[in-house]
Amino acid sequence: MVRVLIPSGALGLGYDRAALARGIAMKPDVIAIDGGSTDSGPHYLGTGTSKYSRNSTKAEWRELMAARAEAGVPLVIGTAGTCGADSAVDWLLDITREIAAETGARLKIAVLKSGQPADALKAALAAGRIAPLAPAGALDPALLDNCTNIVALAGVEQITAALDTGADIVIAGRTTDTAIIAALPIQRGCHPGGAWHGAKIGECGALATTHPNSGTILIDFDETGFTMQPMGEGVRATPHTVSAHMLYENSDPIRLYEPGGYLDVSQAIYTATDARSVRVEGSTWVPGPYTVKLEGARRSGFQTVSIALVRDARYVENIRAWCDDIVTKCTAKANARVEGEFGIELRIIGLDATLGALDTAAQAGTEVGVMGIVTAQTEALSMEVAKMLNPYLLHHPLSEEEEMPTFAFPFSPPEMPRGAIHEFCLNHILTLDDPMDAFRIDVIEVGA
Amino acid sequence: MSTVGDIALKVRSKNAGPFWLTVDIFCGTPDAYAQISGALQSATVAAALKVDVEELKRFDLADLNVVKFSAPRPAIQGTREDRDMHGASFAVLIASLTL
Repeated sequence: MVRVLIPSGALGLGYDRAALARGIAMKPDVIAIDGGSTDSGPHYLGTGTSKYSRNSTKAEWRELMAARAEAGVPLVIGTAGTCGADSAVDWLLDITREIAAETGARLKIAVLKSGQPADALKAALAAGRIAPLAPAGALDPALLDNCTNIVALAGVEQITAALDTGADIVIAGRTTDTAIIAALPIQRGCHPGGAWHGAKIGECGALATTHPNSGTILIDFDETGFTMQPMGEGVRATPHTVSAHMLYENSDPIRLYEPGGYLDVSQAIYTATDARSVRVEGSTWVPGPYTVKLEGARRSGFQTVSIALVRDARYVENIRAWCDDIVTKCTAKANARVEGEFGIELRIIGLDATLGALDTAAQAGTEVGVMGIVTAQTEALSMEVAKMLNPYLLHHPLSEEEEMPTFAFPFSPPEMPRGAIHEFCLNHILTLDDPMDAFRIDVIEVGA
Repeated sequence: MSTVGDIALKVRSKNAGPFWLTVDIFCGTPDAYAQISGALQSATVAAALKVDVEELKRFDLADLNVVKFSAPRPAIQGTREDRDMHGASFAVLIASLTL
């Protein structure tokens, strides 16, 4: 049996300290926590930075490091620093070194890097080793050069290799959410279907329980399946909370593709073992070619945002026409006065800013916010056009035969530069002969 | 006329990676599940999300009383055209469909 303690769904989200202490007292074999995902958007992979505050990350990581020392077992984090890019791994390694220096801990740290050089991927593409996933098309090699960061999602093999160094702490770059949990059970011969399935159920911490915010859960893996129990006081896992978690952020609730195969849960049986724990058996692991998913982000321009507030009833009633007229007139003026491509968009907050054209029931209230978004290839141009937009947002009349109106602005200056914007641009898989071909492990001793 | 949201316990939409959107209709009871699973047409859901029905994946999960739909995101997460980074609001479109 292998016992995995999962403190929470992600480092930086917080967890219930009493639940964590209860979990440590249960003597886990490994502590595994996720450090990120793509769900926060492309900025983090684009810039190789973390979404969570450094101080929050350090405070929680310090507690987990102390829990690890108490348990005397490895602590593994996957997708370090939100995006798992090499720079984000270094960021968490730096925090780890600081904590070790402050606490006088002696540690062996295995650092697993998932960053992919564009040139290596271009060679792999030419060799026919990169394939698209729906809805993507064939990969243009030029796109690889445009990415500011590319990562491959490691699976259990790379995490196992990092654990095999005898490390106290594994800081991994991009991994699948499940790999950090499934690695040790699979290495020790637990049921592979059960290992992957339990890992998927556990990857969001207590999300698959009656109290999603309680954080800590414990999963026991064995030769036929797994048993999941929450560590929070009064928190329960039920066959429904556990089985329903396969729906979560999954496009397919039955099959989950991972490096080297897929998990099939169509035959899984969920049984309540007591009032708060659930036993799962019957899930299958179907081995396949060894492929890893690639993620990449590229810079797609610079943006400047302005917000004006419209409260006048006649303007609210005609807000769409007002906005359309502004975009037309401002675009024409800016085209005459600047060089370079730009785009002006006005989103009407309080009408359909959330869903746009998909919203067929949109209805404005007593006021609307108008969010002006100017996108251009340089920061200077985006600011320049945003400044041309300002007089319109401030004074544009619905007709020529009326006194000049003035609208509300919450800020001075009204233009808020967003800096560079990024977008995800890879949805492809890379075939590897050896799982370690696209990954690197460094072992670092601190406090020695 | 009832809407999906009137009958279901909860309708949730989330990203499933940056390129896919997934909508989970938690019907709550076998009766509600039978009603929604039976009457909600995939073509109606595809039209609400403005995606091709061929691209829409549908899962009718009687054990969970859940009907699930997944579709390529109307705009890839975080692009200039995307308005909802976490895909959270698309649930409203499905909840407001009339059965």
